[in-house]
Amino acid sequence: MAKVTFRNVRKSYGSLEVIHGVDAEVADGEFIVIVGPSGCGKSTLLRMVAGLEVITSGEIAIGDTVVNRLEPKDRDIAMVFQNYALYPHMSVYDNMAYGLRIRGKSKSEIDAAVQRAAGILELAPLLARKPRELSGGQRQRVAMGRAIVREPKVFLFDEPLSNLDAKLRVQMRFEIQKLHRKLGTTSLYVTHDQVEAMTLAHRMIVMNAGRAEQVGSPMEVYENPATRFVAGFIGSPSMNFLAGKGAGAGKVALGHGGIVRFAEGQVETGREVVVGIRPEHLEVVDPANAFFAGTVELIEQLGADTLIHVAHGADAAVVRRPHGDSLETGAELHVAADPSRVYLFDPQSGARIR
Amino acid sequence: MVENRPWVTFLSHAVLIAGVVVVAFPLYVTFVASTLTLDQIVQVPMPLLPGDHLIENYSQVLTAGSTKGSSAAVSTMLMNSLIMALTIAIGKIAISVIASFAIVYFRFPLRHFFFWMIFVTLMLPVEVRIIPTFKVASDLGLLDTYAGLTLPLIASATATFLFRQFFLTIPEELAEAARIDGAGPIRFFLDVVLPLSKTIIAALFVIQFIYGWNQYLWPLLVTSQESMYTTVIGIRRMIVGGDAANEWQLIMATAMLALLPPAVVVITMQRWFVKGLVETEK
Ligand SMILES: Nc1ncnc2c1ncn2[C@@H]1O[C@H](COP(=O)(O)OP(=O)(O)OP(=O)(O)O)[C@@H](O)[C@H]1O
Ligand SMILES: [Mg+2]
Repeated sequence: MAKVTFRNVRKSYGSLEVIHGVDAEVADGEFIVIVGPSGCGKSTLLRMVAGLEVITSGEIAIGDTVVNRLEPKDRDIAMVFQNYALYPHMSVYDNMAYGLRIRGKSKSEIDAAVQRAAGILELAPLLARKPRELSGGQRQRVAMGRAIVREPKVFLFDEPLSNLDAKLRVQMRFEIQKLHRKLGTTSLYVTHDQVEAMTLAHRMIVMNAGRAEQVGSPMEVYENPATRFVAGFIGSPSMNFLAGKGAGAGKVALGHGGIVRFAEGQVETGREVVVGIRPEHLEVVDPANAFFAGTVELIEQLGADTLIHVAHGADAAVVRRPHGDSLETGAELHVAADPSRVYLFDPQSGARIR
Repeated sequence: MVENRPWVTFLSHAVLIAGVVVVAFPLYVTFVASTLTLDQIVQVPMPLLPGDHLIENYSQVLTAGSTKGSSAAVSTMLMNSLIMALTIAIGKIAISVIASFAIVYFRFPLRHFFFWMIFVTLMLPVEVRIIPTFKVASDLGLLDTYAGLTLPLIASATATFLFRQFFLTIPEELAEAARIDGAGPIRFFLDVVLPLSKTIIAALFVIQFIYGWNQYLWPLLVTSQESMYTTVIGIRRMIVGGDAANEWQLIMATAMLALLPPAVVVITMQRWFVKGLVETEK
């Protein structure tokens, strides 16, 4: 087991830079999720740790060793791929044993390691099968088995669950958590699914366009987003953003005249800001206490919750309410939020105003 | 088809049967002729039922050959053909599988240039470059040798191209997983790429074996000694002149023998062959 350190890691393809300097430290035994939208460079970052991509500049260290120039096999890592990448002509047993065989382990050592992994992942009845005779979930378990038999210092996962259906994904998420609890191996897990990120991560790295925008525990990131991008990306449905202007101490005036009070930060009068409030923090109130009023355009019933889409001209907001309202589309809705739940962002840089 | 219209079924069967007859009848005549005496063959019309000289004719060609034209024993020719066809088939596969592995999995300077160069030679079969090739073979002293028979035919742009296309369909992650597992390029080639190519290798083997076995023009040029004749050349050399001058029963027996090895190869490898052409194990 080992920590993983990123020091100003950059990656360019030709003249195109896709990773613009990532700094982060993954503690020994930590489960880190790298999350971000498609194309933001998550896979590239992970593959640089694996040694499948050359690091253009900066350093990645596993433990105390800088691995920039090491071959993947010398980095003591194991990787689980999105499409499983099992050897199609080998049985489950051979798939798991292959890496150990190449490393010249003895037959009995290999057998012990494979049986142990098969035990942990409940693969024992499947050992003789070929990958094509397995379901998606089973293949994914074999891919994890192949990773754990070698007892590497670091596990790397690249969207391992995205080929599975929703139900299986939840189940495998749980299994990955159990596995990590049992083995305690440092893990880097890439996903674009923020629910996966929230549930699995000890800490997460939220990436956007080749930059690590925020590193923190899921609750930290949720409650204290560092940028407008992070605020919008983490949380579902995503945060509401409304344009406003500073209107004296602790107040922002929205375009339509509503006054939002906020607890944190300083905004000079007249400065343009973006006000961010999560749907679950908007409350339906009397017209007198509301800072935003609009027409109900759409009601989405999620079962336990109801999402109410409210619009006023160009401004729109989503309100999340427990199930049980008897609202109709077309009705007028007045909302407000607790000042401590109001986030302010700079409209240009997207940085949080604190 | 799931349609159930009797006359359609009848018609399609009739067409198929007619097709089989058209293909099979000449073969049958060849077989019949190989069991008759020369006198019986030159009768008009030739008998269409097998005669009783089968063993005699076949043992004569196998051990002694014909008395006119070429007199080499057909067993020698069969052996020559077999050596030639096997060397060409195995050589072509071995060379092209390695060449395409290099082209697909390694980044070296002028990689695309080399690929296109190989690809361009697709347009240059032996027949087109036969004079210079002959000159080279003769300068190197390869006439009347197995090397001369096989080497000029052994490079295969077609097979290289097919293997390349197949390798491109192997997911990249498989190569990456193998790298992480610690397999170097050669281990990856032997442990992953080759086993995955099994069916396509089998299909190519069948095609190339028959290609090698049926070579005519090139062996005709490079062999002059009877001991180096291939079966196809042997048949040609047995035909010396007009109709009556040839020992047709022996020529037909040789033709039947020449048919056997390709037929055996096709029948034994049929399952693999079809698999290789229609599916891949992925
Ligand atoms: N070989 C390459 N050559 C040029 N650009 C590349 C190459 N590989 C990736 N990129 C670019 O690098 C950026 C990051 O790619 P990457 O695969 O890391 O994205 P990702 O975050 O994993 O996205 P996804 O969620 O879709 O997998 C993308 O903009 C992509 O276009
Ligand atoms: Mg990716």
